[in-house]
Amino acid sequence: MTIALKATDLAKTFDIGKRLIGPPRAQVHAVHPVSFEVQTGETLGVVGESGCGKSTLARMLVGLLPPTSGSIEIEGRALDRADPAAFGRLIQYVFQDPVSSLNPRKTIRQIIEVPLRLLHGLRGKALDDRIAELFDAVNLRPEFLSRYPHEFSGGQAQRIGIARALAASPRIVILDEPVSALDVSVQAQVLNLLADLKAEFNLTYLFISHDLAVVEAVSDRIAVLYFGSIVETGPAEKVFAAPRHPYTSLLADSAPVVGRPLGGAQSGELPDPLNPPPGCAFAGRCPRASDVCRAKVPELRAVEGDQFVACHHPLDP
Amino acid sequence: MSLFLRLLFRNKLAGFGAVVLGVIVLLALLTPILPLHLPNETNTANRFLRPMSEGHLLGTDHLGRDLLSRLMWGTRLSLAVGFAAALVAGLLGAAIGVMAGYFGGRTDNVTMRGVDMLMAFPYILLALAIVAVLGPGLLNALIAVAVVNIPFFARNIRGVTVGIAHREFIDAAKLAGMGHTRILLTEVVPNIVPVVVIAMSTTIGWMILETAGLSFLGLGSQPPQADLGSMLGEARSALITAPHTSIVPGVMILLIVMSVNLLGDGIRDALDPRLRSGALARPMATTRVERAEAPAPKGEGLLRIDDLETQFHVGSRIYKAVNKVSLDLKPGECLGLIGESGSGKSVTALSVMGLVASPPGVITGGAVRLEGRDLIGAPYEVLRSLRGRKVAYIFQDPLSTLHPLYHIGDQLIEAIRVHEHVTHAQAHERAVKLLEDVRIPNAGARAKAYPHELSGGMRQRVGIAMALANDPDIIIADEPTTALDVTVQAQILALLSDLRRDRGLAILFITHDFGVVGQLCDRVAVMYGGRIVEAGDTAEVLAAPAHPYTKRLIACVPELGGGRRELAAIPGLPPAVDDLPAGCAFAPRCDKAQTACRADEIDLTGDTHKVRCLYPEGAS
Repeated sequence: MTIALKATDLAKTFDIGKRLIGPPRAQVHAVHPVSFEVQTGETLGVVGESGCGKSTLARMLVGLLPPTSGSIEIEGRALDRADPAAFGRLIQYVFQDPVSSLNPRKTIRQIIEVPLRLLHGLRGKALDDRIAELFDAVNLRPEFLSRYPHEFSGGQAQRIGIARALAASPRIVILDEPVSALDVSVQAQVLNLLADLKAEFNLTYLFISHDLAVVEAVSDRIAVLYFGSIVETGPAEKVFAAPRHPYTSLLADSAPVVGRPLGGAQSGELPDPLNPPPGCAFAGRCPRASDVCRAKVPELRAVEGDQFVACHHPLDP
Repeated sequence: MSLFLRLLFRNKLAGFGAVVLGVIVLLALLTPILPLHLPNETNTANRFLRPMSEGHLLGTDHLGRDLLSRLMWGTRLSLAVGFAAALVAGLLGAAIGVMAGYFGGRTDNVTMRGVDMLMAFPYILLALAIVAVLGPGLLNALIAVAVVNIPFFARNIRGVTVGIAHREFIDAAKLAGMGHTRILLTEVVPNIVPVVVIAMSTTIGWMILETAGLSFLGLGSQPPQADLGSMLGEARSALITAPHTSIVPGVMILLIVMSVNLLGDGIRDALDPRLRSGALARPMATTRVERAEAPAPKGEGLLRIDDLETQFHVGSRIYKAVNKVSLDLKPGECLGLIGESGSGKSVTALSVMGLVASPPGVITGGAVRLEGRDLIGAPYEVLRSLRGRKVAYIFQDPLSTLHPLYHIGDQLIEAIRVHEHVTHAQAHERAVKLLEDVRIPNAGARAKAYPHELSGGMRQRVGIAMALANDPDIIIADEPTTALDVTVQAQILALLSDLRRDRGLAILFITHDFGVVGQLCDRVAVMYGGRIVEAGDTAEVLAAPAHPYTKRLIACVPELGGGRRELAAIPGLPPAVDDLPAGCAFAPRCDKAQTACRADEIDLTGDTHKVRCLYPEGAS
């Protein structure tokens, strides 16, 4: 197994209240230094609630946001956007909102053509053949090509978005909440399509979602993000079957499941990002929190084989 | 294009402006071939001839020149200069705005502060200064007017561009290997063209006026060349003795500017997508009702919906959003209404209190009975006294239902005092109590918070407090937790469950999530294509779904603990409700469908567990 994607101490800080000259008024640490690896052909699921920094992380990985510190390596080479064409052939992105990721004033053909022309230099017959092939792969009818984005339902628009990402023939695809805007019956279609495409084109996925059940259904390994840090990571079946971080456990217990009584526990809310607490960010909501949690930030450490957790008092398996 | 013209001429004033301007432009274009005197031909013997004089329809000016001829040539020149100035200002301003908005950061800051400086000068002073430097002349006046108007365009276009530059399709274009120039030209510019056209059409009149102003001061067109401003300027000294020399160009300026402005407003309204989709049409206070007669009540219940039909009439299309839906809610009961987007679940809920926007919504049949009393077609005053007091709503997005400019406490007080005559102090006390009831910590202080200061979960608690303000019997909750994180969703569901038990509330809970229904609701109804396809006790329906749609929808939902797997999916798409198939709406996607399924309407059958299917699951 080779490493497809590697992030080392990747962090992003946003300046709030920028001034023309001088330092900003405040800073928000959207992503604290995080490190992880994705093996070739693997799906890494990233789970977290809104505001945990998962989209910021994704946008850094595809070069849409410059990281404040840390480094990204793709297939052993540092991320380099100097040649956009070479970069686009390595990694692509599928957006959360399928409709707003398509330019309303362009036809689907114009949208799909762009990566094929610019990244692969296709013209004429070769271009038409490749478009037909892509549309076939995502189960869309060829007559859609001359239509405009607003004529499509969410599920169809997301297939178009996936086709555009695949048009670049990337090695890695970052999927940022690709199904959260879709209805459940369509969501399953798109998830299955993604699984088929992965096998067919030998892709590596980074799958971001707030929905634990969805992530579990598609991922080999899982990283749980909370307040900009990875709090737990490990093989998918272990992380949810035997969560070691209290936050992962809270997430798993909060998912509505038929037949389980409502958990009425007051589980609190995210800390204020402008004024983060010292120590563990989850301490304010954690039933196991002790003095050390409120003073010292826990490091991510191995608890059992390939399962890592950032907690001073991890749960027993 | 034909749609644009139809929208434009629907606005009568804009049509009038278009006709007037069209005539003026046509005449101006034809001026060289019309049988007119030469505009600069002087004849001092015939000075200040009155209008309707022999050979001079509009009379002559102080040098005996034919006024009609000068007016036509002058109009031609003024229009040309005005359009040219608008074009130059529009293009340069848009270019600056697009650059500043797209690149942002320093570029944006520096350019826009420069534009602000330009804007800080009084426009006429700036124009005078420019002409003073360049020297008088029509071309220089044009440059001055264009420069003075650039800031207006730059600021407008920058704002729009900032919105577009952060859209996801721009990111997608970057990842597809496009450079900045290409993105600007092919992705950004096509999206701002309508805004540029709108801004130009509404400012051309102003620019013609400014050019005329400069000419009036003698800084624009130079004698003997006529334009409307210089004609006015020359006529000024004879204002009392020969008023027609001033009135003629004055009326022409009035006509041009007025027609341009009327047309410009019309173009703006027709191009603006928000106005096009009917935002100008004010919805009625209650939903329009076109019902033959109310069906007989089929039973008891706190709230009974019988054969409700709500449709949307858009042009010649009829969308049957709710198609003969019957539901009943007993006191203290929680009924789940589940369905995918477009299934009609929200429209059903809004129809109860006549809240569906009309136009285009119309209730075409059925009855909604609250304690036996039919609400469909009830007068607005009756509905208003019941809204909030008997039946309250909780919506999906509390950020858009709470007013952003008022404290949440004041909004609660308002809600209380709509229905009850209590003093402000008493209402305030109640408001704080309500916030405590929905478990907002430190309620007294939080009452002074604005909605944006609260997190999503806290805002939804305020939304629930608003619904509880007048102690209603029924709460209709329309996807109240869909926009929330799972951990917060669990808190809100627990809160609703407790409130229901403590206050004996009946809840109609609308959702797309079976897990939520399973945890909260006693009974559940499943909607598909505007109809109820299955209804019954929650446990029974979830354990043994009888309709193939319900069964397969439940199978679609991934449940935690299942591990990595292929998910069951339903092929195809939900039907469009303006083109429903005959028979079962699910038949095209159903693997058990027979010919009979596609023939006739299928009834909802069964006693407690009802299903609308000829071949239900579990039956042999």
